[in-house]
Amino acid sequence: MRAFAALMETLVLTPSRNRKLEAMVEYFRSTPDPDRGLGLAILTGALTFKNVKPAGLRDIVLDEVDPHLFALSYDYVGDLGETIALIWPHHGGTEPLPSLSDLVELFNMTSKAELPRLIGSLLTRATINERWALVKFATGALRIGVSARLAKTALAEMSGKPVQEIEEVWNGLTVPYTELFDWLDGRTERPDIDHASRFHPLMLSNPIDEEKDLEKLDPKDFVAEWKWDGIRVQLIAARGKVSLFSRTGDDIADAFPDVTGAVFGDAVLDGELLVGQEFDPAPFNDLQQRLNRKTALGKHLTAYPGFIRVYDMLFDGSEDIRALPWTERRARLETWFANNPQTRLDLSPIVQFDGWDQLAEIRRKGAAEHGHEGVMLKLRSSVYVPGRPKGLWYKWKRDPNVVDAILMYAQRGHGKRSSFYSDYTFGVWKGNEIVPIGKAYFGFTDEELKQLDKWVRNNTVASFGPVREVNKELVFEVAFDSAQQSTRHKSGVALRFPRINRIRWDKPATEAATLDDMQVFLSAT
Amino acid sequence: MAAPFLDRDLRVIPIDAYIDPPQPRARAIITHGHADHARSGHGAVLATPDTIAIMKVRYGEDCAGQFQALEFNTPLVVDDVTITLVPAGHILGSAQVVMEHRGQRIVVTGDYKRLPDRTAQTFELAECDLLVTEATFGLPVFQHPKPLDEIGRLLRSVETFPERSHVIGSYALGKAQRVIALLRDAGWDAPIYLHGAMIRLCELYVERGIPLGDLRPSLEVSKDDLKGQIIIAPPSAIKDRWSRRLPDPVLAVASGWMSVKQRAKQGGVELPLIISDHADWNELRQTIADTRASKVWVTHGREDALVYHCQQQGLEAEPLRIEAYEDGEEEVE
Repeated sequence: MRAFAALMETLVLTPSRNRKLEAMVEYFRSTPDPDRGLGLAILTGALTFKNVKPAGLRDIVLDEVDPHLFALSYDYVGDLGETIALIWPHHGGTEPLPSLSDLVELFNMTSKAELPRLIGSLLTRATINERWALVKFATGALRIGVSARLAKTALAEMSGKPVQEIEEVWNGLTVPYTELFDWLDGRTERPDIDHASRFHPLMLSNPIDEEKDLEKLDPKDFVAEWKWDGIRVQLIAARGKVSLFSRTGDDIADAFPDVTGAVFGDAVLDGELLVGQEFDPAPFNDLQQRLNRKTALGKHLTAYPGFIRVYDMLFDGSEDIRALPWTERRARLETWFANNPQTRLDLSPIVQFDGWDQLAEIRRKGAAEHGHEGVMLKLRSSVYVPGRPKGLWYKWKRDPNVVDAILMYAQRGHGKRSSFYSDYTFGVWKGNEIVPIGKAYFGFTDEELKQLDKWVRNNTVASFGPVREVNKELVFEVAFDSAQQSTRHKSGVALRFPRINRIRWDKPATEAATLDDMQVFLSAT
Repeated sequence: MAAPFLDRDLRVIPIDAYIDPPQPRARAIITHGHADHARSGHGAVLATPDTIAIMKVRYGEDCAGQFQALEFNTPLVVDDVTITLVPAGHILGSAQVVMEHRGQRIVVTGDYKRLPDRTAQTFELAECDLLVTEATFGLPVFQHPKPLDEIGRLLRSVETFPERSHVIGSYALGKAQRVIALLRDAGWDAPIYLHGAMIRLCELYVERGIPLGDLRPSLEVSKDDLKGQIIIAPPSAIKDRWSRRLPDPVLAVASGWMSVKQRAKQGGVELPLIISDHADWNELRQTIADTRASKVWVTHGREDALVYHCQQQGLEAEPLRIEAYEDGEEEVE
């Protein structure tokens, strides 16, 4: 337990992705089975204890601590689990805490009525950090900034196996993952699991380089589709069970019961998850309301119904068709749709074109009139290859929108950038006033960052904690993918994917954009 | 008890002297050298010799009209008030003010801790009728772990990351010297590197008889030579431009506040060291009981919980809201 508590603390406190990885690799290397598998399950959210609830733990504490003092403390600390860990009044058990596997066994064997006493005695035996870790993992309220993907990457680094191979087997495995570690340690073959019912790493595209690539490519070899502004998903329907995975293999089925509950037929499909009435995609903002939730809210199911615009097929029934060329997979997909009528799935249409110039025009119009993100180009003969193979699929994004905005506030960055003012809030004119429209923290070089940092320090007019307000004199050319109405910003505008395109040291702030200039971007989406 | 001879601004009424006054006063009794207790510009200052030395280093030789040094445990009679300064254990020279007047005894603790610390004279208990106590960590969530265990965590981190430097954000007066002394006691014999703001106060501690081992200014050392080394700096410097000269620093902060992980995280602290120079919740309660005071005034921190606790014990208790300045980006100990 001590090693796992130390790992959790490192994961919470280090801002660096690499150091999180290092810490996990070290833990997986030095911890025996089955403890490391349980640790992995806790980190990835695969192991929870139904009988341990934060409110139940609070009751244990309230037997020992005055309720008013508890309330004052909770108010100060702000996190129930952490309050419980810090306030527990009895310390100094003589024995160390049991191992992770013994703990898990204890939790599972102990009756609900006995659990409070057990946890109380564990808290007494624990050191200050272990108490924190114990409460965190017992209640499942980890919030330590580790995604399943990061944990899998750590396993890949530990073993030298490609992360894709780990992802492929991941969903067929069970806690405490002994067969996985046996394979990763090189003691056994890769675990064999049901191929039609688990996540398959996705095939990704490369951005097209208009100058270099287009002249080398023959338009006749390619098909085009719109690039949809949702999230990439993999839908797996096998033997009556429907799963939905994000592009990183996170299971998001529970957040989209409206979609998963309405699928007919068996297949593994690749497509874009969108929301909207009658297959009419709503802005990404609306989809965002439904993301990162464990379950769906009733009102969201009616306001933002989900659907999947399907563009590829990996398994037809239980048959793996990834080795077939795109044209054949598409034909299979269309047949499958014909045989299995769907209410929450539709086919991504093929965009007809004869040459690159014509497609460029179609792409421009699609962006202007329908807010399309761009077009996808797929080689007709391409087989379905996981990862980002060269030369098969291209994305041709629309040209970014740009606006000249004025730097208003700067904030220090994180990790390597924590001594630099690297997060910038910028705004545009609204009458004589400047109103913020967004925030960006990349798009500039390291050298430019140094110059900006210096500029911020020399032009600070006020400080609010970590934030500096600066003279409203520096203009950024900000690029962004789209603009939307927003109630969050005073300006009423929110930018999607903003980045600093250029620093306009030369441009006076008076010549920056106005809020009226922003209206054209709003009406385009 | 009779009406106290101390008012709620900590004015000792019979002699018109203030304890740790925030504004310049004709007569001030100063418990210790931290900026929120010791200010410049008073007419006459009564304090321990160490505290006077600290004030002179921080504010200049003439930061008060006159100084009167009073050794610990040496009663001084002013009119009909007997004043004794008793060690508070907070930092070098820190004192509790013990006062007696017509049979009534009042103790103002100033900031204090009861754990032994070789950079400060060890706390001594003084019984009284009215206790004016601090409450910096006056919530039951503050239960400080053993300081040497925390230093152990630091040394393990140094061992784990030999290519990185470790910079410990510590308040320049008191905490810095305590951390250095703890490191020495834990067997760390290597040079410890200091941010410029630490140097003069460390020298003062050494001059006044507290050995701190080999200390060097961090400025004079190349980035490479700081790998695997420990550097002490004010908390405000560890995330600022100054820290860019350090090789891949692990940011540590030594403070009682560090027990709250979310707080450490928000501050960008990678290695929180829970090392406090204040009494924790259990020490505060213990001390209130030990002094046998029947009346308690609570100042300086999270008063509500401690006042409530005293009332639960049947003591008369109230919070004192004394204006003390809050430091925006970091909390002073």
